[in-house]
Amino acid sequence: MSAHRYVLRLGDLALVLGQRLSEWVGHGPALEEDLGLANIALDLIGQARLLLAHAGEIEGRGRSEDDIAFLREQGEYLNPNLVEQPNGDFGETIVRQVLIDAFQLELYDRLRSSADAHLGAIADKALKETRYHLRYSAGWLVRLGDGTAESHARVQASLERLWPYTVELFEEDALDREMAERGIAPALAQVRTGWTSQIGEILAEATLARPADRPYSWFGKRGEHSEHLGYLLAEMQHLQRSHPGARW
Amino acid sequence: MSPLPDHDAAAAARIGAAWRALAAIADPELPALTLEDLGIVRFVRLRSDGVLCAGLSPTYSGCPASAHILELAQRALREADVGPCAVSQTLAPPWSSDWITSEGRRKLAQYGIVPPERVPSHPGRPAARALWALAESAPAACPRCGALQTEQLSEFGSTPCKALHRCLACLEPFERFKCI
Repeated sequence: MSAHRYVLRLGDLALVLGQRLSEWVGHGPALEEDLGLANIALDLIGQARLLLAHAGEIEGRGRSEDDIAFLREQGEYLNPNLVEQPNGDFGETIVRQVLIDAFQLELYDRLRSSADAHLGAIADKALKETRYHLRYSAGWLVRLGDGTAESHARVQASLERLWPYTVELFEEDALDREMAERGIAPALAQVRTGWTSQIGEILAEATLARPADRPYSWFGKRGEHSEHLGYLLAEMQHLQRSHPGARW
Repeated sequence: MSPLPDHDAAAAARIGAAWRALAAIADPELPALTLEDLGIVRFVRLRSDGVLCAGLSPTYSGCPASAHILELAQRALREADVGPCAVSQTLAPPWSSDWITSEGRRKLAQYGIVPPERVPSHPGRPAARALWALAESAPAACPRCGALQTEQLSEFGSTPCKALHRCLACLEPFERFKCI
């Protein structure tokens, strides 16, 4: 199997989450949060550009990062379902962000020693940004979880709603196993161990209860998505679809 | 007698001229600082085919100024007449705010932006508590009145590289370079 599909998974995760977060621009609960979410979105889209460009190079069919971002259909997107979920209220966005920031932190940290040196360099760069993201999202989760009865109840409900989607992050398939065997990616079990302890600590500080794991059977990383992704892509790809080849 | 010394001297002159040209470029978002001040000129070297290669580090993966900086660098090298050259982005090792020079720090302060603290880079995995530790780092002194009674308003500011703070004495907001 080609490593380009694995790199696409990472790039699509960053791109779809970056696009989702950018929906907050102009709608944040305060100017500082507007700026915070926009900055995280910008970092993620920057990471996505590096990852998608790298996937295109590995694939070797001459596709640029823009071709890959703007000219693929929903079923070709390989991001986990969690990142395509709607923003909900600010609290729900923060819950989703904590779950993914902690995942990216543990993953990027281990990808730095990838047998694919360029992928390792991207991860090393992105890791520094991800630490900032997690500090921001975890800081807010603690304030909301350990805040008022209303804020606590709302983020706990968001956590219950989003938790089932985290199963997919660690569900190892043949591609994941092959990448781990070839030293390109870490074993997902290792990532899960780091993530579980990081999330456990944050939830404890936020006085939130960790929901029970439930079976989950959709796999975005194999191209199976919720209907939400179609709307997101329709907006993101609109310009290139309506005016193919349009440039600034 | 041997042509090598001349060749070496010519190569060194090209590399020196390229460094000077790149170092003098003003950052598009922080025009008071040059690329050298920011520590983003990673290398200038001569490839065996005679092409002069320059590598620049992006500060953040998504920094919108990165592409513009590469264009500025290409233009500067053309104008410096250093012969065939190529400019590329280099990711490894990742840029660190520790690479901002002392001169760069002085200019940042003069510009009204609090320079980043020099923090030991985070080796290996951050300890679980390290997640919160950085947020509790020493308060920045207000660049306007010097008061130490300041607070962080947001981890993120007007550009990816800055955080937003406020002085509790003179009540003015100010920016601080993030430590990465």
